[in-house]
Amino acid sequence: MSRRVGIEVSIAVAEAVRLADVDVVAAYPITPQTHIIEHISELIATGQLDANFIPVESEHAAMSCCCGSSAAGARTFTSSSSQGLLLMSEVLFIPGPLRLPIVMVVADRALSAPINIWNDHQDIMSQRDIGWIQTFAQNGQEAFDLTLHAFRVAEDRRVSLPMIVTIDGFILSHVIEPVKLLTQEEVNQYLPPFKPRYRLDPKRPITMGPVGIPEVYTEAKVAHNEALKASKKVILQGWKEFADLFGRQYHPVETYRSEDADILLVTMGSISETAIGAVDAMRDRGQKVGLARILLWRPFPGPEFRRATRGAKALAVVDRCLPPGATSGPVGTELRSLFYKVPGAPKIFNFIAGLGGRDVRVKHLEEMVDKTMAYIKRRPKELYEVIGAHEK
Amino acid sequence: MREIRIHGRGGQGAVTLSGLVAIAGIDEGKYAQAFPSFGPERRGAPVMAFVRMSDSPIETRERIYHPDIVMVLDSSLLALLDVSRGLRKDGIVILNTRKGISQLRETFGLDSRLAIVDANTIAREVLGLPITNTTMLGALLKATGIVGIEAIEDALDRRFGRLSEKNKAAMHRGIEETVVA
Repeated sequence: MSRRVGIEVSIAVAEAVRLADVDVVAAYPITPQTHIIEHISELIATGQLDANFIPVESEHAAMSCCCGSSAAGARTFTSSSSQGLLLMSEVLFIPGPLRLPIVMVVADRALSAPINIWNDHQDIMSQRDIGWIQTFAQNGQEAFDLTLHAFRVAEDRRVSLPMIVTIDGFILSHVIEPVKLLTQEEVNQYLPPFKPRYRLDPKRPITMGPVGIPEVYTEAKVAHNEALKASKKVILQGWKEFADLFGRQYHPVETYRSEDADILLVTMGSISETAIGAVDAMRDRGQKVGLARILLWRPFPGPEFRRATRGAKALAVVDRCLPPGATSGPVGTELRSLFYKVPGAPKIFNFIAGLGGRDVRVKHLEEMVDKTMAYIKRRPKELYEVIGAHEK
Repeated sequence: MREIRIHGRGGQGAVTLSGLVAIAGIDEGKYAQAFPSFGPERRGAPVMAFVRMSDSPIETRERIYHPDIVMVLDSSLLALLDVSRGLRKDGIVILNTRKGISQLRETFGLDSRLAIVDANTIAREVLGLPITNTTMLGALLKATGIVGIEAIEDALDRRFGRLSEKNKAAMHRGIEETVVA
């Protein structure tokens, strides 16, 4: 039977990796993902996990090793953050089209400059288009569950794509909280062994990653994109079976008190829990406010998001990332595109908050809702605004 | 929900203390969060750690601004920081100190409820080291009853292994010798 324990979220993620019985972990240390890889290397060193740990010289090498080991048919895991994820970036675009089901947990952190080790979503958003499946956890339980779900979905032969589970650095990675850990027997029921359709084998040689000349490159990119879009079916099935076995059901878009809401906050990751508190407080005061949380970011669940937000007059979309010179934050841009010229679409207002560890408080979320109410009547001058920044 | 802020210096076990309290509470079926003041860790520098404890699920990831309980593991911090900053009206400050209650109120203007214990002396006598976190755990239990002794002892067993007996002894001395005023 699963047990409810008080555990640091990073350790819970490492336990999920142990239960998934991975074969290869190649990683380079960086704050704040450190405890995940530290604990995994301890599990391997003490014989609790039978895997090869490759202590590489950089994140570029880490992802290169992961591509190689996954191509050879090994269940492969890594973890990174911030500048480390950026150093990986050149290689991150490769396992998608090569259909290598690497699983990575990203403990989100701001990007330099100025140097900053604290949480926001600039690192993962800078890697938005790498062609991996991407989910966002809001708490330790989801970090554990989604890591197991990632192996299950990524390695499914209908998917065969790499997958990232995103957890907020420090705010989740370094917090001790209750998590229900599954047993090995339970995980074995959920996660079958990795049996790739193709793998690098000297006895049966094949080529992976040849040059894509103009005559085939477009088709290769389209094929990858089609595979990523089609993965949603398996992602949903993976959550359904997880719920059937363990009782916790996840959805691409999670809602809270959204049924009759005029205004919906739209969030990703751990501030969604603070948003639940904010929604409760505003509901107590008679405001018709709810929450739509994007759990599945890539492939973007368009129909599910439209359904979840149907009937809302306006969305207060929170971004944890400020893309300089853009029309709005990445989530704001995504949703404006999704709803463009859709009849009855909610109005979309975009707020940027929580950069580089700046605390996102209930009062900030309430400010966004108040502004959204005012903006429904009178359009704001700008397409987005930063909340919680000190005045000049 | 009750919220704790722990002040200490890097190496004194403030973060370990926060984790022990949260784990013991979770083992009792409560909901809890324990987290450090996020950032680089430096031995000897002032550090903070935090705990939230509740009977119902905790729906916030805000930092803690208005604690119900403040713990001070190192009395030299009293001269550096306002340890009762943001403390709730009915809150309590739990101090490791050799000073008496009236002297503390006079010197540092502490006007909340106080609990005091000479944790340095206890820790030196019982552990042979001035690491006061488990003695202060005793003070926390005496002053607030936020978790049960049994759950904390279990958590200490799992955390410290063969060192747990000494740490449990330090905690019990903390319970016995803490004065609440």
